[in-house]
Amino acid sequence: MITVRDLRVVFGVGASAIEAVRSISFSVAEGESYGLVGESGSGKSTVLRAVCGLNPDWTGTVEVDGVAQGRHRDRAFYKRCQMVFQDPYGSLHPRHTVDGILAEPVAIHRLGDADRRIDRVLREVGLGPQFRFRFPHQLSGGQRQRVAIARALILEPRVLLLDEPTSALDVSVQAEILNLLRRLRADHGLTYVLVSHNLAVVSYMCDRLAVMNRGRVVEEMGVDELKRGAAREDYTLQLLRASQGYDRQAAESFRDYA
Amino acid sequence: MTTTDDRLSPPPARFSREWLLTDTPRSRLQARLGRVYAGWLSLSRNRLAMVGLAIVVLLVVLAAFAPLIAPYSPYDQNLLERLQPPSAAHWLGTDELGRDIFSRIVHGSRLTLYIVALVALTAPLAGLAVGTISGYVGGWVDAVLMRVTDIFLAFPKLILALAFVAALGPGIENAVIAIAITSWPPYARIARAETITIRSSDFINAVRLQGASRARIILGHVVPLCTSSLIVRVTLDMAGIILTAAGLGFLGLGAQPPLPEWGAMIAAGRQYLLEQWWVATIPGIAIFIVSLGFNLLGDGLRDVLDPKSS
Amino acid sequence: MTASPLLSVANLRIAFPTRHGLAEAVRGVSFEVGREKLGIVGESGSGKSLTGRAVLGLVPAPGVVTADRMAFEGDDLLTASERRMREIRGRRISMVMQDPKFSLNPVMTVGRQIAEAYRVHSKAGRTEARRRALEMLEAVRIRDPERVFGLYPHEVSGGMGQRIMIAMMLIPDPDLLIADEPTSALDVTVQMQVLAIMDELCSSRGMGLVFISHDLNLVASFCDRILIMYAGRVVETCRAADLHSATHPYTRGLLGSLPRLDDPRPELPVLDRDPAWLEESRG
Repeated sequence: MITVRDLRVVFGVGASAIEAVRSISFSVAEGESYGLVGESGSGKSTVLRAVCGLNPDWTGTVEVDGVAQGRHRDRAFYKRCQMVFQDPYGSLHPRHTVDGILAEPVAIHRLGDADRRIDRVLREVGLGPQFRFRFPHQLSGGQRQRVAIARALILEPRVLLLDEPTSALDVSVQAEILNLLRRLRADHGLTYVLVSHNLAVVSYMCDRLAVMNRGRVVEEMGVDELKRGAAREDYTLQLLRASQGYDRQAAESFRDYA
Repeated sequence: MTTTDDRLSPPPARFSREWLLTDTPRSRLQARLGRVYAGWLSLSRNRLAMVGLAIVVLLVVLAAFAPLIAPYSPYDQNLLERLQPPSAAHWLGTDELGRDIFSRIVHGSRLTLYIVALVALTAPLAGLAVGTISGYVGGWVDAVLMRVTDIFLAFPKLILALAFVAALGPGIENAVIAIAITSWPPYARIARAETITIRSSDFINAVRLQGASRARIILGHVVPLCTSSLIVRVTLDMAGIILTAAGLGFLGLGAQPPLPEWGAMIAAGRQYLLEQWWVATIPGIAIFIVSLGFNLLGDGLRDVLDPKSS
Repeated sequence: MTASPLLSVANLRIAFPTRHGLAEAVRGVSFEVGREKLGIVGESGSGKSLTGRAVLGLVPAPGVVTADRMAFEGDDLLTASERRMREIRGRRISMVMQDPKFSLNPVMTVGRQIAEAYRVHSKAGRTEARRRALEMLEAVRIRDPERVFGLYPHEVSGGMGQRIMIAMMLIPDPDLLIADEPTSALDVTVQMQVLAIMDELCSSRGMGLVFISHDLNLVASFCDRILIMYAGRVVETCRAADLHSATHPYTRGLLGSLPRLDDPRPELPVLDRDPAWLEESRG
């Protein structure tokens, strides 16, 4: 479904240029859930932005659903591939009602039948009709994220790119949203690319994953290997160790993998 | 923020307070009216803003019902009654041609409102358009538009207005055009700054990812977020606009006699200032009160509309 | 913990005036801290941050703080004058906050800030303060203290910024450190390193530590005792080692809803909020 080959993203020019993503390649099959794990500065979010076209300055090959993508995306692409952002407080327009937010993609793509689509997608994400005309400041963090997911789904895409969808949410709300995302994927046969710094979330949500550090893929593994802790690279082992709670000896042994 | 949609109790009556402030609006109209109402409640708690609002409302009422309120015609001269101090017959006295000052003030409010409304409708819109396009599109469009703005900003406002009026000829319409032309740049700057902040937000990214055109994004997403600061700025600028118009009138370049424009009245009354102080001072007080009213209202609106200040 | 506690709080209540009267954000919280690591865990809105700030008298107006007792080593923190509180803050109780980007002064070099923290609470001159600041930078494992001394906050990474913050807060040698989400803005490996530093400094100086966080697993592995807060109340107190045999349904629900690496479950159980939890009172 998604094939990325030799992707490079450079920010800035000349002497101050930073290579955020250094020639990475991966592919995601249809219906699969693929995780991109890494710490800050690993380039995982940058990869996602290059794949969906938010960042047009990349080199390499990006193919989505067999179609090679260039600098700019067409409307057909957006109908096929959508994104859910990290911050529920920043991803909804503060002056638009939920209804307005959901009606807009329908209008842009001239799909028609907005009322029915909006009702259906709200129900799918677990929000009733009483939320339809609220403003974002009248919603909790979890509810906002559900609206963001609804907005991504209303165009009936095949691929969902998820950029840390639960990191900004409370722990108890996180479980609801993760369950919702899993159910939606099963119901609609969606393909996911999930970016997260949290290995536990990735192990719950993904089938395969790539561990990234400083713009490179350190290793790729299946989720079973992750759960068993069967990593090959030292960096991944360090990351696994750090995810399992505080241990003074382990912490002292951590090093910087530049 | 839990929601309890209690379907057992009857829905509130339409347009009632409860209906407006409900947690679960059922239509776009209800949601938007509710928001406006909540903003109004917030504003009405500010006493000074309410004073400002009262003054503005008074101005509008005076302008609307000027012929009914004014006891005399503003143009009727009576040379036997010239330069009379305030009395029962002439509440605010008479000017150098025997015209009732109170009536002239009342009719002059129409001119003041005319100037203010025209400028407020044109300059901010022009500034908004330039600023949002400049800020969102960026690149050379931004550079060109901002240099044009810089050129206008380089001149002191009154001088530039004088230049335009001198070129276009005196008269109140030309004064309005001149003031509008000199007022739009700050709005463009404000709109551009806001646009640049908004441009990188996730909600803009999200709508870009839906394939929205730039026009749709600017009109539907950027402009609604700029209007608050613009409204506040416009209200606070009213005082300056009135004063500029009065200044032009004072110099004889705005409203021409016998129009009862307040600035022109001050100019005409200048020579009588020492002994018949009311001729020049009363229009001045009128300008002061109206400017103050707009300022107070603008401050109050800023507290309600602009979250950064609170 | 057999010695008398450093900090003793009984029935702390923090209320804020709203349009509909006083709303209590913290409702009757009681706890004691000795020379140990106490974790306070809760979600947003639980009141955990406010509790930490109340101890230092940093609850913003118009918040109203009341308690039956809030005492630190014999000093009554409730009735202490502002002058007395200024002496206590930093010198005897210190606070580390979440994001060094926002808690370090952006226009002063970090070295100068640390030195200033020292000079505020001692009569030391500039050279002495600089020497102590360099010592502290070494104590928080910064490899090149001379160079880092002259850096500005925007020139250091998140992890280093947080270590600088710790250095600044520990240089006056306080008896109690309150850390409000000190590692939440950091990467997970950096988190571990910063925690190791805090661990070492606390045990070597015999300091008490109040660690406020939303991360239950982290607190369970780092602290000695844990308080779980929900909606302004303490719903559970236990030793960190006993967390998994916790009894309150909120704690159990929270533990259950966390995804785990070795989790075989097909679905995460969702926390079911019982309104009765808002009413219960626990000592």
